[in-house]
Amino acid sequence: MKTLNYRVVLFAFALIFGVIFSIPSLTQSEQGKKITLGLDLQGGLHMLLGIKSEVAIESRIKSMAATVKYIFDDEEIIFDELRINEDQTITFELLDTDDVPKAKMLLQKEIEGTIFSENGMKFILEMTAEEQVRTEKNAIQQAVDTIRNRLNEFGLAEPTVAKQGEDKILVEVPGIKTQEDKQRLKKLIERAAHLQLMAVDEDRIARVNTMSPAEAKSFGDVILTDVNTPEKYLLRAIPVLDGSMLTDAKVGFDEQNQPVINFTLNGQGAKIFGDFTGKYVGKRMAVVLDNKVYSAPVINERIGGGRVQISGRFEFSEAQDLAIALRSGALLAPVVIESERFIGPSLGADSIQASSLALLLGFILVVIFMVIYYGMAGVIANVALIGNLFLILAIMSLAGATLTLPGMAGIVLTVGMAVDANVIINERIRELLHQGKSIGKSIEDGYNNAFTAIFDANVTTLIAAIVLVVYGTGAIKGFAITMGIGIAASMLTAIVGTHGIYQWLLPKIDKNKLGFWFGIQRAGVK
Amino acid sequence: MEIFKYKKPLSLMDKSKRFGLLSIVLLVLSLGLILTKGFNLGVDFAGGTLIQVKYEGEAPIKKVREAISVDKAYEGASVTFFGSHEEIVIRTKMSSQVLGEDVGKKMNELLKKTGTLEVRRVDMIGAKVGSELREKGLMAMIIAIIGILLYVSFRFEWRFAIASVMALLHDVTIAMGMIVLFNVEVNLDILAALLTILGYSLNDTIIVFDRIREGIRTIKNPDLENIIDESVTRTLSRTTLTSLTTFFVVLTLFVFGGEIIHGFAFTLLVGVVVGTYSSIFVASPILMWLGFSVSGFREKEAVKLKREKEKEKMRAMYENGTI
Repeated sequence: MKTLNYRVVLFAFALIFGVIFSIPSLTQSEQGKKITLGLDLQGGLHMLLGIKSEVAIESRIKSMAATVKYIFDDEEIIFDELRINEDQTITFELLDTDDVPKAKMLLQKEIEGTIFSENGMKFILEMTAEEQVRTEKNAIQQAVDTIRNRLNEFGLAEPTVAKQGEDKILVEVPGIKTQEDKQRLKKLIERAAHLQLMAVDEDRIARVNTMSPAEAKSFGDVILTDVNTPEKYLLRAIPVLDGSMLTDAKVGFDEQNQPVINFTLNGQGAKIFGDFTGKYVGKRMAVVLDNKVYSAPVINERIGGGRVQISGRFEFSEAQDLAIALRSGALLAPVVIESERFIGPSLGADSIQASSLALLLGFILVVIFMVIYYGMAGVIANVALIGNLFLILAIMSLAGATLTLPGMAGIVLTVGMAVDANVIINERIRELLHQGKSIGKSIEDGYNNAFTAIFDANVTTLIAAIVLVVYGTGAIKGFAITMGIGIAASMLTAIVGTHGIYQWLLPKIDKNKLGFWFGIQRAGVK
Repeated sequence: MEIFKYKKPLSLMDKSKRFGLLSIVLLVLSLGLILTKGFNLGVDFAGGTLIQVKYEGEAPIKKVREAISVDKAYEGASVTFFGSHEEIVIRTKMSSQVLGEDVGKKMNELLKKTGTLEVRRVDMIGAKVGSELREKGLMAMIIAIIGILLYVSFRFEWRFAIASVMALLHDVTIAMGMIVLFNVEVNLDILAALLTILGYSLNDTIIVFDRIREGIRTIKNPDLENIIDESVTRTLSRTTLTSLTTFFVVLTLFVFGGEIIHGFAFTLLVGVVVGTYSSIFVASPILMWLGFSVSGFREKEAVKLKREKEKEKMRAMYENGTI
């Protein structure tokens, strides 16, 4: 009797490998790498976010203007008419000629990413093109990081936040069950959490109700409304400081036992805040969040230590989410939800059940058909088919791949196509047997003859699968991945594996029992 | 068991004109349908919102229509049963920017009085994303075809490549025609199904072509018609058997796979049937019409072989130190 050959040994290894590494996925055990179910199977929320990068540029310019104001005040350079224009340039005018060289030096040293031109005492500050590109890129990366932080702090299991393409953000959150949870989550993600502390323009605020936004702008002001009431405020457009200088935000309670958010500023922020409150005692300062005024208290005294409070008649959960958003930082640019898919957990369960049933039934049909039509040759093909299924599961588990509904369909389809290789081989073997070749020779030549056909056919299908992986998104990708893995695995199981089994069994194959072994009548067989 | 027993080649190529005519009629009908009726684009490609709601008991579809018509944003929305009579889907062309707030929550409020319900799925795709997906889909199709053309040209000959791609376009076009005819909603999964058909149809065609390639080398009679007849007949049993097993599997998906996978399975069913037909009756005649010359191919093969042998000889001489 012939000893084991390398093919059957290879196949046996592949089978053992397949079984071992697919066990964690099949039993859904805690340990080991396993396949994660896609959102369409376990339920959850999938969102594609776009980003308004022009806002990032605007706010970058705003913060540049704020820095100019701050350092000039600090260095006691006297200036006037500091303003941001329609064309996104910053202009200002110095009042003392002696300050010009110092101002130029400071602009060059302290304000990065700008070029300035001067006309006597008048200065124009412009953002460079590279700085614009950098700001846009930075905005999207920052949005990805910020949203991820927020979701992590929210305490959700394994959210996915990733950049998709040039300017989109993919957010996937499994395990969202109710519409209420979903909305709370969306609010948390969408919230810009852009905190600003702004000075009230006390000289002109009396006229705020009759003032147009354009007029306010001409004074370097902006009109914002209260978060709860229609009351309007006239505020200096360039903020005293913003949320970037915040180090911590926590939910607390005020004297009326209402939830409030207490936040702490970093060293620089605390200094600016202290200086400002010291200088403007008796005037009002507004706490502005996402362009809504939450409070505008009168400054009673200089406030050191950098502790500020936001009150605004919050619900407790709202205050909690807001604190999370403030802690994880503001979005440099607002995000817009461009597409959203929500799948309820019960629908996912239904889908798993339906497609598992289809997979099982399809599989059983194919298996029975192969045995009836090919006899033992069919059994051998079925062994390869089972090996193929385990290999697909094992490879997907090891790669930590996601199984989606189309992915399940991909596996079902692979079952159909994987037997194809064995159909081709078996037909070739039968053909040779009919021509009167010996069994050994028929098997060897059958494999040789069938190989190019199977190889070329698989490679072309693989080309289609790879294109789908590269150009497809989400679920389609899942389908292509399972199909690709299935095809690759079938080369090993259906070609090498079955060949090995034939070679191993060859001494036992009785040429008088070809009906049993290959499902053909003896007629015509020598 | 043996169903197909090879006795003598079927004279298929004699009848190729008749099949050609059938294919042309099917193609014209499909293109006509696609151009006049057009695809029923789902939210994935057209943009818009789809909401799937499941009721306890039969869904009160009339009440649902009334309830949502209260809201201006859902004017002109369609409400249909989905799979069973317990489930409905609501479709509207509107997307987030117009609807503004959370769709699922809104639905819960609007439909509160119509019965005990659960919002099971919300798909909301902005128009911009929809058109991007459309472009990407088309792109994938074109790139896949180019890749396949290149590979088949490299492994066979350019006429084989043209013939296989023509067969493939034939299959995909007819499948698309059926999608339009049966008003299947076209979403990303249908695109995936079409791409699968592309791969599957090619798979079938390649296996027949492989046999023809082999036939050209081994069959003495250099008449192409004869070679094709013989090769197609020899692969007939495999083609039918594989198509049958694949058909079984796709059929179980279609019957038991649930409503969500219905369109996908339907498209594949059409694809399997058309793909099988085309690999037998369409691809090979095209090869003939393109003026493939057996003797020309044999000469080229001979030259290739000669060159390789010479190379080997040179290498052998080099290794022996003669050069």
